[in-house]
Amino acid sequence: MWRWLHPYAKPEATYRLNRKLLPWFAIPGIILMIVGMVWGLVFAPADYQQGDSYRIIFIHVPSAMWAMGFYVGMAIAALIAVVWQIRTAEWAIMAIAPVGAVLTFISLFTGAIWGQPMWGTWWIWDARLTSQLILLFLYLGVMALYVAFEDQRTGAKAAGILAMVGVINIPIIHYSVYWWNTLHQTSTITQMVTRLEAPAMPPEMLWPLLTCVFAFLLSCSALIIMRLNNEILQREVRRPWAIEILKGGK
Amino acid sequence: MTKKLSNTSILSQLIRRDMRVAMRQRSEFLNPIIFLLVVITLFPLAVGPGADTLSRIAPGVIWVSALLSAMLGLERMFRDDFRDGALEHMMLLPCPIELSVLGKIIVHWLVTAVPLLLISPLLALLLNLSMQALPVLILTLLLGTPVLSAVGAIGVALTVSLNRGGALLSLLLLPLLIPLLIFATAAVEAASMGLSAGGPLAFMAAFLVLALGLSPLAVKAALQVSVN
Amino acid sequence: MRGERTLFTDFSLKVSAGAMYQIEGPNGAGKSTLLRIVAGLLAPQAGDIRYKGELSQHVRRAFLRDLLFIGHKAAVKPELTALENLQFFAATQGVPCSEPPFALLAKVGLVGLEDVPAGNLSAGQQRRIALARLWVTNSQLWVLDEPFTSLDVAGIDMLHQRFAEHLQAGGAIVLTSHQALDWASASLVRIQLEYNW
Repeated sequence: MWRWLHPYAKPEATYRLNRKLLPWFAIPGIILMIVGMVWGLVFAPADYQQGDSYRIIFIHVPSAMWAMGFYVGMAIAALIAVVWQIRTAEWAIMAIAPVGAVLTFISLFTGAIWGQPMWGTWWIWDARLTSQLILLFLYLGVMALYVAFEDQRTGAKAAGILAMVGVINIPIIHYSVYWWNTLHQTSTITQMVTRLEAPAMPPEMLWPLLTCVFAFLLSCSALIIMRLNNEILQREVRRPWAIEILKGGK
Repeated sequence: MTKKLSNTSILSQLIRRDMRVAMRQRSEFLNPIIFLLVVITLFPLAVGPGADTLSRIAPGVIWVSALLSAMLGLERMFRDDFRDGALEHMMLLPCPIELSVLGKIIVHWLVTAVPLLLISPLLALLLNLSMQALPVLILTLLLGTPVLSAVGAIGVALTVSLNRGGALLSLLLLPLLIPLLIFATAAVEAASMGLSAGGPLAFMAAFLVLALGLSPLAVKAALQVSVN
Repeated sequence: MRGERTLFTDFSLKVSAGAMYQIEGPNGAGKSTLLRIVAGLLAPQAGDIRYKGELSQHVRRAFLRDLLFIGHKAAVKPELTALENLQFFAATQGVPCSEPPFALLAKVGLVGLEDVPAGNLSAGQQRRIALARLWVTNSQLWVLDEPFTSLDVAGIDMLHQRFAEHLQAGGAIVLTSHQALDWASASLVRIQLEYNW
């Protein structure tokens, strides 16, 4: 399989492949995003306990899910970059990191907004929110390490190693935060929240939620593909193939 | 005249040299300990000297301060070696780099954790931690500080070629060390309430094994990037 | 052993016993980089380094045992004395000194300074400590980055003699230097690197 994949590791080939793939992510992404948002925010029934304020889950849950998911994706890119020394994978790390960080931030932000009507406070040290916050720190660490180096290749490799260390640590952090949360659980509010989300969600809420989850995945992937292509063009700007593309707009 | 070089003899030579270097610059690793003492002193001044309050926050305060002070001293693990070329020399020794890295971690642990362990009873006393919790506190430090050195080595190896690594180092490392903090404070808290601290301590032991096993690999990769 | 390509140019070099390779070129031509690639501190962008026909990273241990690399930064710990530095080098190069190596100190002209921390010595004296490694080694391949830097005339002379001995004994030397090494013209190979963009 490696021999088959290897030609795609060349910047030019990656660029052209990305060009071909982009519409397949972007168009369904945008359509699903519109469908999911309208469905979830307008047509899905209100919750019997929380009323309309629960509707923020249509943003909160997908962003929280993919915040974690893209970190894993970034670590996979890092593994490829460090083990096989592939430059496009190095650029992919940096294409993914800010998108993931923004998703993490959105999930924290929406979590706080949701918390206001639910718990009467903007922030509580709920296990889910806490581990998202730590995830945000991990993203910031990777990005900060990358920009700290003058040489971008060194920065990308260092950030990649950190991303891999982080991905090994994420499950440990995740479970220790949950364990910590049960240890210190004094308020009943958090219990209520976990009870609310976990059990069977009625299908008329679940379907729009799933739509949003896929919409986030596709549109964020499209963003990442675009970022990666920009990066490739910037790095290869002196190469003939890149000049040709930039001139011809092909 | 020639002797076959074994891994262990290289390792012991490295450890011996680094210990000697460390002993020549004692203030470098004593300063973080003094910093720790000062920080601990700040807490009673800030939250009030009530015995109950202090003993309740003691495990957290001691561990958070220990983490922060460790961040100050970590950098010297590879920084000087990077500047004078000893790091390159170390990477060209005819033994696995992971092993030399382990030597570095051991030396760092010896010069930073041992003083910390020695003053830990004093810290417990200052913060009115119950005496039954003291053995557990020492145990958490004993299990936790090698993790600190091992995980810290990754961060230092990544940032050693940067001139201004200090704050960045903390940003990289502290999130990774959160599990350590959670379990260490939980263990001490449990012990001070007279409960068994076995569970969290077992987790810490697991972290220790994991960190010592995996971090030399990451440090090696990071150093190879940094000596560029 | 050969490196097939550097970052700058197509490059191939076969180092054979008893020869000295002087790498020359303007600043920034990649002399140090080339030496670091040979030593294995840097991975070449493309191409490989072979030692006795094997990839050097596959026979890393044997290769490193046979390699003595002294870079720009000489790995002399400023906190330790000349003697302590030397003992460490000797021990990790497989030629441990059973007693303090005073004879060696005398040879490199550091007598009387053995108890002074290396940090207090002059640049040339620190260089001498690093170069003393050349007297306590069995390595065949020496890779030296600007070994003559900050040495005085006597020091340079001493180094020339040691090089001659090593070449006589069938060793190989790869070095960067702007020094003329005409005395060794029989076994000297000069390699000119150009400054490439």
